[in-house]
Amino acid sequence: MAIFFIQVLNSLFYASVLFLIAAGLSLIFGVMRIVNMAHGALYGIGAFVTAWLVGRAVAFGAAPAWLFLLIPVGAGVVALIGLVIEPLLLRRFYRRAEEYQLLVTFGLLLILEDAVRFVWGGLPLTADALMDAVPSVRLGGLVYPGYNIVVIGVGVAAAVALWAVIYRTKFGIMLRATSQDRRMASALGINVGAVYVSAFAIGCFMAGLGGAIIVPSQAAVLGMGINALVLAFVVVVIGGLGSLQGALVGALIVSFVRTLGIQFFPEIELAVLYLIAALVLLVKPTGLFGNA
Amino acid sequence: MMKADAPIVSHRPELALAAVSAVVLVALALVPQVVDLYQTQLLTYGLIAAIAALGFNLLLGYTGLLSFGHSAFFGIGAYTIAFLLRYLNIHSMEIYLAIGLAVVAVTSVLFGYICVRHTRIFFGILTLALSQVLYSLALKLFWVTGGTDGLRVARPSLLFGLVTFSGAGSFQRFIGTYYYYVLALFAVSVVILWVIVHSPFGKALQAIRDNETRAAFLGLRIPRYRLIAFTISGTFTGLAGILWAPLNGLATPDVLYWTFSGEIVFTALLGGFRSFAGPIVGGIVFTYLKTYAVATTEYWQALLGAVLVLLVIVLPTGIVGALSQLAAKLTTKAKS
Repeated sequence: MAIFFIQVLNSLFYASVLFLIAAGLSLIFGVMRIVNMAHGALYGIGAFVTAWLVGRAVAFGAAPAWLFLLIPVGAGVVALIGLVIEPLLLRRFYRRAEEYQLLVTFGLLLILEDAVRFVWGGLPLTADALMDAVPSVRLGGLVYPGYNIVVIGVGVAAAVALWAVIYRTKFGIMLRATSQDRRMASALGINVGAVYVSAFAIGCFMAGLGGAIIVPSQAAVLGMGINALVLAFVVVVIGGLGSLQGALVGALIVSFVRTLGIQFFPEIELAVLYLIAALVLLVKPTGLFGNA
Repeated sequence: MMKADAPIVSHRPELALAAVSAVVLVALALVPQVVDLYQTQLLTYGLIAAIAALGFNLLLGYTGLLSFGHSAFFGIGAYTIAFLLRYLNIHSMEIYLAIGLAVVAVTSVLFGYICVRHTRIFFGILTLALSQVLYSLALKLFWVTGGTDGLRVARPSLLFGLVTFSGAGSFQRFIGTYYYYVLALFAVSVVILWVIVHSPFGKALQAIRDNETRAAFLGLRIPRYRLIAFTISGTFTGLAGILWAPLNGLATPDVLYWTFSGEIVFTALLGGFRSFAGPIVGGIVFTYLKTYAVATTEYWQALLGAVLVLLVIVLPTGIVGALSQLAAKLTTKAKS
């Protein structure tokens, strides 16, 4: 029973991180109609920046509690990158064909992946100090890292915060209006460019946060972003591109299937995930919650 | 068609095209006589990439479907050969081609049947997801596929066992002979695909690409046309995989990974996916570009990425598109 409970917690932990990545991807698609292939790389950058900052801070003898502040800082750095990328590069592609949008973000992915290699080298970076700062909890005779529960909390908080921003604030109204009809929103006096850049930065922040909170429990390694991107694709395909609920449900489905897969059919765990995505696309092309 | 638009002063464009193609083919056939072995090997890789991109472009350029999963067919081609060698101890290239093409065609029909119900971004993601299924299987079922190490592919015998490679200098002989083998299949592929895109079937595909609704009103059965295009496309990319495996000597999961599909898309764009010859130029240029990028800098990925971004911004019609525009400009100037 305790094992079962721990597996559920593991799934929720994984779902939190996946939700952060996929929700950012989905938000960007929902508003700008761009599938951002570089999204995975942004997640990787969040992980590397946070791990590096934690490493510096520990070297300076910072108290463990302060280290937690570095998680939003790491995510913020990624949001700043987003603030640069959107106006400089992506903006000119909104009117172009989808092929070009995909290719330009694919090029960006290659550039960002190598930028990480250039800055931090090829070695994995860890941020164990954060993991150790949270005491373990005992669950029916088994020990479980308390940090994982913090991550689940962050995931829930992020989902609630994002929902509140989109459905309960004036900015959210502008965001939804722009997403539904860009020209009409512009005619009503909404600064569409500002909405786009903010939405992109929020999406990047979410990806960076995903990377920042996972790095204490597993090291930041090269290529982590490319792998995460494909899983995030699976999530948004199951849930529906552009849908927040979809990202949440998709993340839960993917992480529970993955936990089951690791337990019972490890060889074909990933294949099963991709097959589920393909099945959903066959039955309901827009995903479970999509209306794109 | 860019090639037809090219400013060749002739009243018989087909004749002129045939003449130009013959000159190019002869030039390609003479290349190994003037360059060293390494360059010959590189050009062989380039021709194989060109076949892969030509097949891919039947979908992107002529049917308007962007596949992000063509690595699947390339990889299936390569792995089929590795399996034939490892489990059935077959060494003949012709048997590889016969069985490999059949396997690739069947998989293409299967994948196509699932994918062509969708267009645009969903088509892309669906092809990507299916190719990732194969990648993860190749990675995880390591006792069958060799996992990340891949499977060794020995040098096969060519022309029904007439030409074999063993003993001293066999590598040099293999590269020298295999180049012509690939060149011949490349020429055959070009002719077949050229005929296809200029046939009524090819015109129908372009009609579907340009206006799906109108094409449907004309009575075209769109899903069927797309499925056939998908199958042909996958089969040619698979042929490239079959030819690649013996040259590379190893079938590895990298060629099934989705970033390899990205490279195929890159190749077609580099040459220009709006023209027939674009993917050919793209395949050869990309091979050289990547080889030299890898040789000169550790950060070759970033270099390729930067080239891709610049290309999309500055040269969206690719090398061939830009050249034909330039040529068109020069001729109008010369006339005035």
